[in-house]
Amino acid sequence: MKKELTIFDKPRNVRILLVCFYISLGVLLIADFFIDKHAAFGWEAYPDFFAAYGFISCVLLIYIAKLLRRLVKRSEDYYRDRQ
Amino acid sequence: MHLAVLNLHLPPGLIFILGALLIPAFRGRVKSAYMMLLPVLAFLTLIYTPLGQHWTVDFLDYELILGRLDRLSRIFSIIFILISLLSVVFALKVRDNVQHTAGFIYAGGALGVTLAGDVFSLYVFWEIMAVASTFLILARRTQASRNAAFRYIMVHIFGGLCLLAGILLYVQNTGTAAFSLMQLSGADGILIFIGVAVNAAIPPLHPWLADAYPEATVTGAVFLSAFTTKSAVYVMARMFAGTEVLIYLGAIMTAIPIFYAVLENDIRRVLAYSLINQVGFMLCGIGIGTPLAINGTVAHAFCHILYKALLFMSAGAVLHVTGKIRCTDLGGLYKTMPVTALFCIVGAASISAFPLFSGFISKSMIISAAAHHKMAIVWLVLQFASAGVFHHAGIKVPYFMFFGHDSGIRAKEPPFNMLAAMFGAAFLCIFLGIRFDLLYALLPYAADYAPYTGAHVVGQLQLLMFGALAFCLLILSGRYPAEIRAINLDTDWFYRKGARMISSAADAGLNGLNRICENIFVVFLPAWLKRFFGSFPVFVISVFYTLSAADRWPETVRGTDLTKPEKTDIAVRTGLQPVGIGPVLAVLLIVGLCLKIYLF
Repeated sequence: MKKELTIFDKPRNVRILLVCFYISLGVLLIADFFIDKHAAFGWEAYPDFFAAYGFISCVLLIYIAKLLRRLVKRSEDYYRDRQ
Repeated sequence: MHLAVLNLHLPPGLIFILGALLIPAFRGRVKSAYMMLLPVLAFLTLIYTPLGQHWTVDFLDYELILGRLDRLSRIFSIIFILISLLSVVFALKVRDNVQHTAGFIYAGGALGVTLAGDVFSLYVFWEIMAVASTFLILARRTQASRNAAFRYIMVHIFGGLCLLAGILLYVQNTGTAAFSLMQLSGADGILIFIGVAVNAAIPPLHPWLADAYPEATVTGAVFLSAFTTKSAVYVMARMFAGTEVLIYLGAIMTAIPIFYAVLENDIRRVLAYSLINQVGFMLCGIGIGTPLAINGTVAHAFCHILYKALLFMSAGAVLHVTGKIRCTDLGGLYKTMPVTALFCIVGAASISAFPLFSGFISKSMIISAAAHHKMAIVWLVLQFASAGVFHHAGIKVPYFMFFGHDSGIRAKEPPFNMLAAMFGAAFLCIFLGIRFDLLYALLPYAADYAPYTGAHVVGQLQLLMFGALAFCLLILSGRYPAEIRAINLDTDWFYRKGARMISSAADAGLNGLNRICENIFVVFLPAWLKRFFGSFPVFVISVFYTLSAADRWPETVRGTDLTKPEKTDIAVRTGLQPVGIGPVLAVLLIVGLCLKIYLF
């Protein structure tokens, strides 16, 4: 067996990764105030609009998908019966 | 030697289709070299052919144009040839002539569609694509793939027939066979639109894609991801640019599939849904129809083909080495497949449109075009879909295959040719993200678009990173929908279950009718007639004898102990009844029959 990579097995490395991630989020929130915006819509000019929109979009996506799953989930054999 | 001598002066599509037929003739390295040479020859022929009309053939009263080369068809041809080369390198080790031949004929069909200058040759190459691509699904040689291939070809036959009907009406109405801009009105326009929409996978005509692509072979899916939908995008851009309904269909198409992609367990099916979502952006751009939007669409098609192929390659490589492709079976593969994982992440970053990756420089053009026209709702939907793409294709695909829970699988990296193809695609994804000017120079309209402005970069990064934050928080808190072994119903339910219902209804209805008819005409009527004709004459004759005073029975039965009916029976059978009874009997029989039918 070849050597294995295990960097994400160590909780410390995962923690470092998450901290870097959170720092980059903070940097992005601050950077928003220093850029020249050419907003086509009023809401684009709100501070950190895209951050809020991205976050809300993804949470909505997940919760709507969960509701959808109740509606459309079937067993893997659903189409295979009586064939 | 100047490379121009390699210009074969043949339509590139025909180079592929004719060249494909010779593939089974070669073995080993010669075959590999030959298969890689075909795209190179097609490419050189393409770039040494000046813009204009080439390779025209007279057909009835019309002119078939096999080479209408303008800026729109040239860039599509370039990317089709480029992706053929990468797909072939990826498939080099496959020992199956069916797949190699079908792959090239399929790619040749897509090139033929792209370079067609009239609707007849468009239709012929369109159908060549449908047939050849089916073999890439069949070639997996499982029952599931055979069933999926059957459904796939049925859907494409439907689409092809709509296209053909539309084309015939169009030629009839206009008197020309020109493959050019047309209106979405009248039967011809609508039928052509529906035919193309099937291949573009516009909802609700989309489920064939998510149904069939994940059942294709490892290498076949890479071919499939490139040609059918993008050649349909090309035809839409050629015929229906600026058609308003495409804006809304495209926007819906970006949003709906991502919910399915979140739920789906099969990685290649996740990619198939995200493919539909990406084509939605392109169709939206075609609907907006301004030079910026069309440029964005074409650039997005170009970039999309590369990163989608890269993602299908990395998923295919995982399927190839592990034999598994479901999220529930995979995880932790980065430990032994770090290179494949890296390529997958490059593809994921590109489809998510991270700055410095190819998706960013193309998708932002389409979204900017929507913003220029103040299409607020469409813009919001597209941004929502952008965040959603990152969520499922950008994070979910690499995360569940290469990270997440450790599945215990310790598979080796795929063969060198697969890695080389992935490297080529990954390199181009990053290269285009940085040297976007080279791509912009090839676009149909002059492009002065600047993707890397502060607002674009920070806005897009915020959208993506906070989408990622949502993913992180939901995963860490256990609220993310668990991967489960299940399928999710889509509109193919209507022809998969629906067809079965039609079949059951036909069984109950038509076979029921059959049974009723059988009971009447086979069981009841002959028996009734037999009884009637058996008993009626005897009855009549017996009445006749009974009523007559004298004993006029024939000699043979006169004076015996037989009953009257028995005597009558013998008399009739032996033909000994008195002369005259016969005609009387006949008249009575007819009258009696009429009465019986009348009363019955």
